[in-house]
Amino acid sequence: MNEITTIRPSTPKDWETDQEVRWCPGCGDYAILKAVQRTMPEIGATPENTVFVSGIGCSSRFPYYMETYGFHTIHGRAPAVATGVKLANPDLDVWIITGDGDALSIGGNHTMHLLRRNLNCQVLLFNNEIYGLTKGQYSPTSREGTRSPSTPFGSVDHPAKPCAFALGSGARFVARGIDVHRNLPSVLKAAHAHQGAAFVEIFQNCIVYNDEVFEPFAAKPNAALNQLWVENGKPLLFAGGAKGIALDTRSLTLKVVDVSDGDWESAGVLVHDQTNRTIAHLLVEMPFGPFPMALGVLYDDPAPTFESAVVAQNKTASEGKAADLQKLVAKGQTWMVDKAPHAL
Amino acid sequence: MATAAHEVTPSEASASPAPEAVVVRFAGDSGDGMQLTGGQFTLSTALAGNDLATFPDFPAEIRAPQGTLFGVSAFQINFGSAQIDTAGDQPDVLIAMNPAALKVNVDQLKPGGLIIADEGEFGQRNLDKAKYAANPLEDGSLAKWQLLKLNISQLTLDAVKPFGLGNKEALRCKNMWTLGLALWMFDRDRAPLVEWLKAKFAKAPELAEANIAALNAGHAYGETAELGAMGINKHSVPAAPSEPGLYRTVTGADAISLGLVAGAQLAELPMFFGGYPITPASAILHALSRFKEYRVTTFQAEDEIAAVASALGASYAGSLGVTCSSGPGIALKTEAIGLAIMTELPLVIVNAQRGGPSTGLPTKTEQSDLYQAVYGRNGDAPLPVLAARSAADCFDVAIEAVRIATRYMTPVMLLTDGYLQNAAEPWKVPDMSGYEPFPVKHHTDVPAEGEKFLPYARNERGARPWVKPGTPGLLHRIGGIEKAAGTGNIDYSPSNHQLMTDARRDKILGIDVPDQQVEQGRAGGKLVVVGWGSTYGPIAQAVRRARRNGLDVSHVHLRHIWPMPKNLGDLLRSYEHILVPEMNTGQLKTVLRDQFLVDAKSLTKVSGQPFRIAEIEAAIAEHVGADFDQELPADGTQLPEPFSGHDDGHNDTKGGALSPQSE
Repeated sequence: MNEITTIRPSTPKDWETDQEVRWCPGCGDYAILKAVQRTMPEIGATPENTVFVSGIGCSSRFPYYMETYGFHTIHGRAPAVATGVKLANPDLDVWIITGDGDALSIGGNHTMHLLRRNLNCQVLLFNNEIYGLTKGQYSPTSREGTRSPSTPFGSVDHPAKPCAFALGSGARFVARGIDVHRNLPSVLKAAHAHQGAAFVEIFQNCIVYNDEVFEPFAAKPNAALNQLWVENGKPLLFAGGAKGIALDTRSLTLKVVDVSDGDWESAGVLVHDQTNRTIAHLLVEMPFGPFPMALGVLYDDPAPTFESAVVAQNKTASEGKAADLQKLVAKGQTWMVDKAPHAL
Repeated sequence: MATAAHEVTPSEASASPAPEAVVVRFAGDSGDGMQLTGGQFTLSTALAGNDLATFPDFPAEIRAPQGTLFGVSAFQINFGSAQIDTAGDQPDVLIAMNPAALKVNVDQLKPGGLIIADEGEFGQRNLDKAKYAANPLEDGSLAKWQLLKLNISQLTLDAVKPFGLGNKEALRCKNMWTLGLALWMFDRDRAPLVEWLKAKFAKAPELAEANIAALNAGHAYGETAELGAMGINKHSVPAAPSEPGLYRTVTGADAISLGLVAGAQLAELPMFFGGYPITPASAILHALSRFKEYRVTTFQAEDEIAAVASALGASYAGSLGVTCSSGPGIALKTEAIGLAIMTELPLVIVNAQRGGPSTGLPTKTEQSDLYQAVYGRNGDAPLPVLAARSAADCFDVAIEAVRIATRYMTPVMLLTDGYLQNAAEPWKVPDMSGYEPFPVKHHTDVPAEGEKFLPYARNERGARPWVKPGTPGLLHRIGGIEKAAGTGNIDYSPSNHQLMTDARRDKILGIDVPDQQVEQGRAGGKLVVVGWGSTYGPIAQAVRRARRNGLDVSHVHLRHIWPMPKNLGDLLRSYEHILVPEMNTGQLKTVLRDQFLVDAKSLTKVSGQPFRIAEIEAAIAEHVGADFDQELPADGTQLPEPFSGHDDGHNDTKGGALSPQSE
């Protein structure tokens, strides 16, 4: 009698490895790991076709905890390794796990080129605004004045803005999430659905070296007034719909407007168009404080992917040509020597 | 118009027999098309059946200021009827297109050699730029050479006049005029060149016609201008004896590229090449970019690090990852090479060495990255190192690199150099059916129920299984952190690190390196000259001459730099003296001393130029105490009496204890 095996959909548990997770207790990375493991079944991923590639840093331990193929590489180079993986086998679903130091400091160059080439993959940048694994030095995203072992009197350099960097590099998908926020899986799903390089900045709390740095918007009591979750085709509203984001057409800047009785239209609130690059630029540059933090899918406008272009060109260039090694070595101008060598 | 500064006497003329080999050096401004002229002359020479070797010698600046000493570009070719191993020590003929080219190159010309100079370019301005106080064509300073001064510029302008080119464009045909004359001198066929010009200028037929006219005019000039009366005769160099078969010319860069493709095909793997432009390695990136039908994907990365990292990623995904660079780029790749060692994935890294350190001499040759290849990584990080000896040898060494990388799951470093990359030589087209395939089977066996897949289990060669992502049932994670034997899980325990360090070392030391052969001579004897890489040519010639003079000298040339052949220690200890010529300050010498406790002595050269045969001959003479100019019996087995006594004494004082190990 034939046994019929039913293919059951995976559960988050199927994506856990037998390895003990070694982040500090209370680290935001745990929440991100859970969110990713919860996302995998929902996107119909298969473990053997999924590859997690990471660099170096706390976040980059991530692949060891995912029951998939995984490559924990070297500092800053995950995008380069992932490019080789994807070009060698475009069928693989490639996720890059990186941090603010890994992706924007030592690996800034690779991040830029991965995004401009538009390799079809997901880049999850865990931004905790600090170097955790090396014990708390300030990072390229640390705010000015950050006191750390290497900046005891406060940092003096201007921080990098990950999403602005991504857009500037030519990314076609830019999104933001928060480690512990319930919306994170939906952001990850959108990133996965995007064909091309999908850049996701995840605000991640480092409980040891930079605790509560995102509390002004991430903490529950502050969420309503300070989180702007954007949705395609929906008005840019926050504070329970009492405030919105409008465009000051004279100065070409954004402004916060009050919305009364839900009449956002007359208040001039912008409707989010995720394919509008200009709006995306304004949203990622929106200074927190006077403005809320823009979250969700800020920009999503697919373009042809790098690996598909490479595959297509390889195919066109080899059309009608057979791989004949003997012919290859005999290419160019050749001549025959007929006689046997005469004795010297 | 043509005058010789030195009249050749009848006795001088008869003293030089029909040449066995001729060395011609074309020298001009870097914009004069000297590399192109040399390249076409090479092709004509190969088609005439001569054995040959070339040495392109050009400045790092793409277009250095005209007429300056540092803007001189030269191309040297040595061709002849006997086996040619080097580009030749001293040119017999120097073609100088301006005063700077003459000044930079004339001292290397053989006494009595021929200078052909374009006197149209020897105006005051150019003489000043070349820092000549007086015109050397007029002041008798070139008396020890034969001088043929021709107004090549004017002759070219006259020849191309019918085509209505501007003065500047017309003068660009000078190199073809010169080439025409050279082809006449050495009895070379113009037809292939005419075809080539037609193809090159297919879109501008008037340029093709002008160049062909210049070429023909130069040739006709040789025929009609009674040059013979001045001792400048048409040379006919007979064809070199070669194995029968089909031949073509290759440069080292060509041969490496073809060898990598062949290696991937023999391994039945797609190839992924990650590269970043750097002199003198870029030619490999260019060549491989054209081989798409051989399942070759090339990727010009954003930097050297991304080039190697992407290649490693591709290897992880199941392709043959390959990258290439030169010293500075290899330095940048080093951390990723360490990752390849740690994750035990195949990878081929080609280092086309150039003068260093830092940016050094980008367009000049050197062998100074041996330490970098063997030792230059953090941690105990062993990898196999191979070195190619000639342009043709690059093909086989590349295949060997692929074989070792895939068979032992390891990165492999392949060393060539600037000289090998650019130098051309005739190559007998190999019969590919003679190459044993070494197909790679990626691991797909799923372990039995209840058993775990072990990504760091080892086979009899110490190699771990190669699993492509996408394979069901074999999920695993790898990385640069020390991993537990077997499972590959993170493991920092002291005993495990010891075990894994030993395992990585033993795997490399256990590679099936063939026993070292002696190129010339025999095991046991007075002197062995040990070389590696592109010094093969001058060492082989110097040893050949020394042996012809009756000296007991042998030549050993290493392909496997790491690990070394198992018999090498005993072989070296069988000689009284060991001489190691290298284009560095003694790197192989140091490794040999360390590995075998032998008293190896260095002959070093770091001038950016390959060794001259005479330099190695002199060092051999010094070691065996012989005078090369002395006529010795041509019987290589019998040593002349006077030297053996002297040498024994020499040995007692200097090399008395060969090594503690040999006692």
